[in-house]
Amino acid sequence: MMEEVNEATSVLSVYGHTIKVTEALQDGDPLTFIIVSQKLSGTGEYHVDRTYDDFEWLQQHLYAQEDVPGIQGVIFPPLPVRPQANASAKVMKQLGFLGLGEWQPYCKALETFLRQVAAHCILSKNKAMEVFLTSIDPPGRQKVKRNIFNRLSQAVEELRKEGHKDVDEFFQTERDHNLVLTGHARTAVEKFLDVALTEQKIAVACGHFAAALQICVENGDDPEKRAFSRVCAKLSEVFDSIKKNMMSVAVNDMNTLGLGLDLDWRYQEAEREMLFRRTCKLVELENARKNVERAKPAKKSAMEEVKKAAEGEFEQICKVAKQEIVKLNQERVGMVQKSLTQWCEQQLQTAREGADIFNQHLQAFKAMA
Amino acid sequence: MADTARDPPPDRTDFHEVEDGEDLFPEPSAAPESQPASLSAVDISTNSNGPKEDSFFDDDNEDLFAEATEEVSLDSPERDVLLSDGPSPAITPITPPTSVITPRIGHQHDDMFTHSSFDEMEEEEGGDSFDINISVSDPEKIGDGMNAYMAYKVTTKTSMSLFKQRDFSVKRRFSDFLGLHGKLASKYLHIGYIVPPAPEKSIVGMTKVKVGKEDQSSNEFVEKRRSALERYLMRTVKHPILLKDPDVLQFLESTELPRAVNTQALSSAGILRMVNKAADAVNKMTIKMNESDAWFEEKQQHFENLDVQLKKLHASVESLVCHRKELSVNTAQFAKSAAMLGNSEDHTALSRALSQLAEVEEKIDQLHQDQANADLYLFSELLGDYVRLISAVKGVFDQRMKTWQKWQDSQMLLQKKREAEAKLQFTNKPDKLQQAKDEIKELEGKVQQGERDFEQISKTIRREVSRFEKERVKDFKMIIVKYLESLVQTQQQLIKYWEAFLPEAKAIS
Repeated sequence: MMEEVNEATSVLSVYGHTIKVTEALQDGDPLTFIIVSQKLSGTGEYHVDRTYDDFEWLQQHLYAQEDVPGIQGVIFPPLPVRPQANASAKVMKQLGFLGLGEWQPYCKALETFLRQVAAHCILSKNKAMEVFLTSIDPPGRQKVKRNIFNRLSQAVEELRKEGHKDVDEFFQTERDHNLVLTGHARTAVEKFLDVALTEQKIAVACGHFAAALQICVENGDDPEKRAFSRVCAKLSEVFDSIKKNMMSVAVNDMNTLGLGLDLDWRYQEAEREMLFRRTCKLVELENARKNVERAKPAKKSAMEEVKKAAEGEFEQICKVAKQEIVKLNQERVGMVQKSLTQWCEQQLQTAREGADIFNQHLQAFKAMA
Repeated sequence: MADTARDPPPDRTDFHEVEDGEDLFPEPSAAPESQPASLSAVDISTNSNGPKEDSFFDDDNEDLFAEATEEVSLDSPERDVLLSDGPSPAITPITPPTSVITPRIGHQHDDMFTHSSFDEMEEEEGGDSFDINISVSDPEKIGDGMNAYMAYKVTTKTSMSLFKQRDFSVKRRFSDFLGLHGKLASKYLHIGYIVPPAPEKSIVGMTKVKVGKEDQSSNEFVEKRRSALERYLMRTVKHPILLKDPDVLQFLESTELPRAVNTQALSSAGILRMVNKAADAVNKMTIKMNESDAWFEEKQQHFENLDVQLKKLHASVESLVCHRKELSVNTAQFAKSAAMLGNSEDHTALSRALSQLAEVEEKIDQLHQDQANADLYLFSELLGDYVRLISAVKGVFDQRMKTWQKWQDSQMLLQKKREAEAKLQFTNKPDKLQQAKDEIKELEGKVQQGERDFEQISKTIRREVSRFEKERVKDFKMIIVKYLESLVQTQQQLIKYWEAFLPEAKAIS
C-alpha cells in the first residue's frame, strides 16, 4: 500500500539523534534493516523494517522538493551504494569499509544518513522522512519517478560543465579545493581499507599457525616428547592471543577511523554534486542571458522571463549553498575529531590488553624453563 | 699460529677412540690396543682377541669407546664395497682418526676415557664445562662481479682448553662452511651421528650481492645468511663429538683454510640428497628389516610425522611474515595519503591532526617492520633449520638400515662359502680347500664386524636422538622467549604512540 505523500512540511515525531539501525536481516534476497527511533512524546519507540529500495524512495522524495527554494544548493547526506549479499569483487570495492563485517558498518552508515537527514533544517521537514521512520508498512516499493538529481552520474556532455569557470571567487575556490580534497579523501579511504584487510589476513594466518601447532601436540610417556608438546601447546595459545589482538585492531580500524574517513569522503562527493548542480544552473543562466540578447523581439519578453526565473533560482541556490558549505566545513572538523579520538582510544585499549596478555604468556614461558 | 699438520686419517668403518695403552676393559684378555700416538695408518689384525660382543652392548651407559679392538683389516675388499656405494666418489666416507684428541690436549684428555658414562663426558668435556660462544659478523664483499664473494668474520670466545686461545677470529667464506659440513658428514653421518646441515646455497640471493644490488632484499639475504651460519656453527660445536673434530677446530682457528673444492657436491643439501638417495636405493633392495627394536620403529615414525608438521609450521610462518611485510607497506602508503590530506586542509587544527595521524602511522609502520623481522628471523629460520635437521636425522636412520643390510649380506655370503667349503671337503683340492677356509675365516670376522657396526650405530643413534630432542626443546623455548619479549616490547611502544596521539586528537576544534 503506498502512502500518499504530499510535499507539505511536517515535523518529525521522533528524536533524530535516537535513530538506530540495529541490524540487517538476510532472510530472502533483499537485505532488511530494522530501524528504531524514540518518540518525542516519550511514550516509546517506533520499530520499522526497511529495504534499500525504501531508502531510495526516501532519497528521491528529498530530491524532489522543487518548491523548496534553493533545494539544489543543499549538500544531501550521502546514502551508501546498494548492498548486495554475495557481492562481486567490483561491488565490494565500491562498498569499501561498508562491505566488511556482517553489515554492521553498513548499518552504521545508514544510521548516520538518517540522523543527518533528521538533523537537517530543510530536509527533516519533508513528510517522507516521517513516513519512513514511523509507518508500519514499507513506504512504497513502487518506484517514484526517478528524478535525475545527481547529475554527476550522467552523460559525458553534462560532465564537461564541471570545469566551467565560475563568476564567484568564493565558489571557484571552494570547487577547486573540493576537487583536491575529494581525491585525497578517496585515496586515504582506499589505503586505510588495505591496512584493515591486511590486518585481518594476519589474524587468519596466526590462526592457521596456532592450529598447525596444535597438531604437534602428542601424548606419550617420553619426557622429551612431553616437553616439546608442552612448548607447542603454549605457543599455540600465544598465537591465538596474537590473532585475537590483531582482529581487535582491525575491527577498531573499521568501526572508527575507517567509517569516519569513508563518511568524510562521501560528504566531499556530496558537496561536489551540489557544486556541480550549481554550476549547471550557472551555465543555464548564462545561456538564458545569451538567449535574451539574441532573441527576436517577439520572443524577447518570454526569454526575459526565463532569464529572470533562472537568476532567481541561481541566487537561491547560491545562498543555500554558501550556508551548507560553511556548515559542512564546521561539522567536518567535529566528525574527524570524533573518529580520530575514538580510534585512538580503542586502539590504546587494545594495545594495553595485548601487552598484558603477551606479558602473561612470556612469564609463563620463562617459568616453564 | 702454526697449524698442526694433520695427515689424512686412515680408512676405517668405525669410529674408535683408543687410549694410549689404557685398558678400557676389566677383562685381562684384552689385547694390546693399537697405538694411536700418530695419525699414520695403524695395523690392526682381524684376529684380535678383544672382548667379545656381550660386554660391548650391555647398556647405553657404557663407555662409547669400550669396543676398541675388533676391527676389519684395512685391506678388506668388502670394505671397499661398503665405502664406494652410496655417496659419490667426491666424498669418500672416512672414519675419523682414532686419536682425534691426543695431539693437542694435555692431561685433561685422559679424564674422558675414565668416565664410565657418555653423559658425564658430555657434561664435563674432559674437565672443561661447555663454554664456547661463536659469532658470525661483519659480512664483507670481496672482489667484483661474478667472482665476488662475501667474507664473514667468525669469532670464538671460549674458556675451554680444547682451544689455543680464549678469544680469536678468522675470516671465512660460504664455501668454507660447506666444506666443513662436507667433511663432517663424510666422517660421521654413516655411523649414526646427526651432523647439523649447513645453510642452503642460494643462486638468486648471491647473484644480487655479486652484482652489487644494494637494496632491502639483498641486505636481508646477507643478514639471513649470517645468522644461519652462526646458528650452524653453534649447533655443530654443541655436539660433544663434533666439537673435538680436527676439521672443526681448524675451521675456527686457522688463519688460512685450504679452499674447499667441488662445493657443488659438498652442499649440505647435496650430501643429504645423496645420503637419502642411497637410503632409497637400499630400500628398493627390499630391505625388510626385521626391526627387533620397537624404539627405532616408533622413533622413525615420530620423525616422519615431525617432518610433515614442521614443514606445515614453516609454511604457516612464511605466510605470516609475508602478510606482515604487506601491512608495513600498506601502513606506509596510508601514512602518505593522510599527510596529503592534511596538507590540503585549510583548517589548521584539522590539518595538524591529520599530519600527526600520518606521523603515528609511519611509526607504527616501523614497528610492523620490526615485528615482521622478528617473525622472520626467529621462527621462520628456526623452523627451516629444523626441517633440514630432520632430514639429517632421517638420513642417519637410513644409514642404520644400510648397516644392517651389509651385515646380512656378509652373513649370506658366509653361508654360501660354508656350503661351498663343505662340498670341497669331498674333492681332492687341498689348496682350494685352504683358500675356502681362509675366506670363511675372513668372512666370519666380517660378519662379527657387521653385527658390531649395527649395534654401534644403533647405540649411537639412540644417544644422538636423545640429545637432539633435548636440544630441540631448548632451542624452541629460547626462541619463543625472545619472540615474546619482542612482542611485549612492540605493544608497549604502540601504547606510547597512542597515548601521545590521544590528546592531539582530542584537541582538534
